Amino acid sequence: MSILPNTNRRDFMKLAASAGGGLLLGFNWLSANATPAVVDEAAAAAGNLDFNSYLSIATDGTITILSPNPEVGQGIKTAFPIIVAEELDVDWTKVKVVQAPLDTQKFERQVAGGSGSIPHSWDRLRQAGATARLMLVEAAANRWKVPASEITTDKGVVMHKGSNRKLSYGELAQDAAKLTAPKDVKLKDTKDYKLIGQSIKNVDNKPILTGQPLFGIDFHREGMLYAMVQHPSAFGMKIKSVDASAAKAMPGIVDVVQFKNNVAVVGKSTWQVKKAREALKIEYEKDGDLESTSDHNRIFSQLMDSPNATVRRKDGDVEAAFKKAAKVVKSEYQCPFLPHSPMEPMNFFAHVRPDGVELVGPTQTPERARNETAKLLGISPDKVTVEMTRMGGGFGRRLAADYVLDAVEVSNLVKAPVKMIWTREDDMTGGNYRPAVRYRFEAALDAQGNMIGYKLRGVGINAGNPTREDNFPSGAVDNLLIDSFDHKSPITTGPWRAPITNFLAFAEQSFLDEVAMAAGKDPVQFRLDLLEKAKKSPAGEVKYDVDRMIAVTKLAAEKAGWGKKKGVHQGFSLYFSHRSYVAQIGEVAMLKGKPVIKKIYAAADCGVVINQSGARQQIMGGIVDGMGHAMYGNMTFKNGAPEQANFNTYKLIKLNEIPEIEVFFVDNGIAPTGLGEPALPPTGAAIANALFKATNKRLRNQPFVEEDAYKSII
Amino acid sequence: MALYKLQINGRSYQADVEPDTPLLWVLRDNLGLVGTKYGCGIAQCGACTVHINGEATRSCVMPVSAIGTSKVVTIEGLSAEGTHPVQQAWDEVDVAQCGYCQAGQIMTAAAFLKKNPKPNNDEIDAAMSGNICRCGTYHRIREAVKVASTKPAK
Ligand code: FES
Ligand code: FES
Repeated sequence: MSILPNTNRRDFMKLAASAGGGLLLGFNWLSANATPAVVDEAAAAAGNLDFNSYLSIATDGTITILSPNPEVGQGIKTAFPIIVAEELDVDWTKVKVVQAPLDTQKFERQVAGGSGSIPHSWDRLRQAGATARLMLVEAAANRWKVPASEITTDKGVVMHKGSNRKLSYGELAQDAAKLTAPKDVKLKDTKDYKLIGQSIKNVDNKPILTGQPLFGIDFHREGMLYAMVQHPSAFGMKIKSVDASAAKAMPGIVDVVQFKNNVAVVGKSTWQVKKAREALKIEYEKDGDLESTSDHNRIFSQLMDSPNATVRRKDGDVEAAFKKAAKVVKSEYQCPFLPHSPMEPMNFFAHVRPDGVELVGPTQTPERARNETAKLLGISPDKVTVEMTRMGGGFGRRLAADYVLDAVEVSNLVKAPVKMIWTREDDMTGGNYRPAVRYRFEAALDAQGNMIGYKLRGVGINAGNPTREDNFPSGAVDNLLIDSFDHKSPITTGPWRAPITNFLAFAEQSFLDEVAMAAGKDPVQFRLDLLEKAKKSPAGEVKYDVDRMIAVTKLAAEKAGWGKKKGVHQGFSLYFSHRSYVAQIGEVAMLKGKPVIKKIYAAADCGVVINQSGARQQIMGGIVDGMGHAMYGNMTFKNGAPEQANFNTYKLIKLNEIPEIEVFFVDNGIAPTGLGEPALPPTGAAIANALFKATNKRLRNQPFVEEDAYKSII
Repeated sequence: MALYKLQINGRSYQADVEPDTPLLWVLRDNLGLVGTKYGCGIAQCGACTVHINGEATRSCVMPVSAIGTSKVVTIEGLSAEGTHPVQQAWDEVDVAQCGYCQAGQIMTAAAFLKKNPKPNNDEIDAAMSGNICRCGTYHRIREAVKVASTKPAK
């Protein structure tokens, strides 16, 4: 058989023949309604077909689904195949999931970030599964000489009730492969889902729980060398001189090389290069501002009152509103830099050869790794291959390619395959932090307690725009001004799980609580009133779905028994980010005069829930993360040098510090959105607002443990 | 360099390394047993936890020269097929997110349950609070330890 005549050849993927023969289906990831196509094994084996993705059905009934996106703990390697398998109507235990390598020609978006994988691929994945199913049905209809409409499928079996006949997908795979792929394929109704919405376990459980090599740091290649890189001692420093003689003389050391402001020690084992690196004698000299945390505090204060901020959004006449206000509320909130601290530190394998570069390792953006490598070496990107390993977390850190380039530079200099590893200290002091930010909020209330004016100024250190000017309460206040300043610093920053909103949500939702108190209104009702206003008479453009905001608010309030409980103090928080809506209610109880964070309720609207187990895990993990960093996370600097380098001085939350968490989903059948990030932003304020209820102390700075207000209540 | 004979997962291994090399790196670099993970190198996170004579031990600060004839068990040797009750419980509860910390969590839990097969909640919290999970899977870790404690011991 041959490829569909109307299919563009470039849309096809090179396929390896599957053992035993059967149906191989490629489908185009480039557009939601692209035509799937069928190829036969022989043509695939000849290697001259170029598909965009595939699923295959072997004659023994095994279904293989390629998962193109990097797996960082967000559960995509499980969720994607669930969607395909649902439409295919297949026995989940017969599905095998294989991680695809980087090929953006074929897969388009191969990124773990922005909670964007599911929204991007929802239609494409369903289409792939449904098309294959229809072809199997047609194959059976042809064989049995009955109309396709009388045929049903279930768990990988095709059935004809009238004649009481059955065939497995495996038995029909070869016949199906000879058919032309249909164009108009009907997708299932949400209510008919059998797999989507169930609890399905992580597809990598077995190798994870038995310690199989799976992560980048586990990668091994015969003859590879190990490398560690010494980065400058502080941001704003550069190398003056290097004396590597002692290091070079140490056992197992093959070479010491220098690139840019880094010195790499290369040798036969991790421990040997680590020890030799300690023997390096490097002198540094000043190359820029050597900033300390105290400098940042001063810069925040200066810029907070400076004219000429960049205006991000302006609705109505904010000055007039403040002039006629009956009451004005004003507060400032501040957060520190944060390292990402994924449990697996940065590492990568690189082999720079004369004919091209092989890269293997943990990356959230394999395409960036490839392109930056090509740029660095002055070669064409198609000379670089990237194999993605499972990642021991990322939280945004692996969206950068700096550590990949460390591996590439070293391999290029020593002309050998190299596994480059950062120690925890390298990882924590290696930059790309969540930026430090200070916000000032001002609200104008009229005599009835309505918010008639709202001002937000954000000042960040390498934060770009530290506001999200179109997020709530924009759209709900007639007179509004949001502006910002950015201070350029040698300290590098980058996206950190729920970029900007990870702290902005805390500041804004805490401030709205302050405003509700000042207005004498219930915090939940106060927000519902604002949302009602955004719906009925919006101020400017409204870029969130007001009804979905209201729905999660009401669900959280109902489940937590808002305002109806005795003996606990509740705090509310609501945020829309990365296309999903999450409301949270924190509960604090007083125990022997001290507040204890007992429980957090979360109500989430991410549309259709694909995998209950994975979705709940993302929400609970996001809340634990949000709470941990709000409580403890603190990265400070002295003359450009990070003052925390490992978990003895930088605290992460532990098991005995977590509150109970209960998760609820809005069931609305809307196309699904991601969950890797949206549960984190609301958490800090749900806790702080509950603590305020319990103690009358308002927490405005993170981490809480460093706050005087917090110290006074514990 | 010196030659060390090690008893790991019921087998004999040899490694020619410096005496101060932590067991963690001997396992990972020399013996190809990479299930034991590096997280901090200073006994703060628990990712590198193995059993030495049945005791949960942080292999990142355990020099190979100090092991002698002690019996070492790593995640690869906890059971042949992932059928140890703790591994089963971890699968049933679907604990892992990124999965990186879980070998250390499992080894900590297995050693703990051996000593205290029917722990109460406070004991579980105390036993499991030295291991960091950056993904925040703590609720399920707690639940999985409870589930494991109801299974027949291995
Ligand atoms: S790596 Fe040993 S405790 Fe962290
Ligand atoms: S599962 Fe990712 S660190 Fe624990």
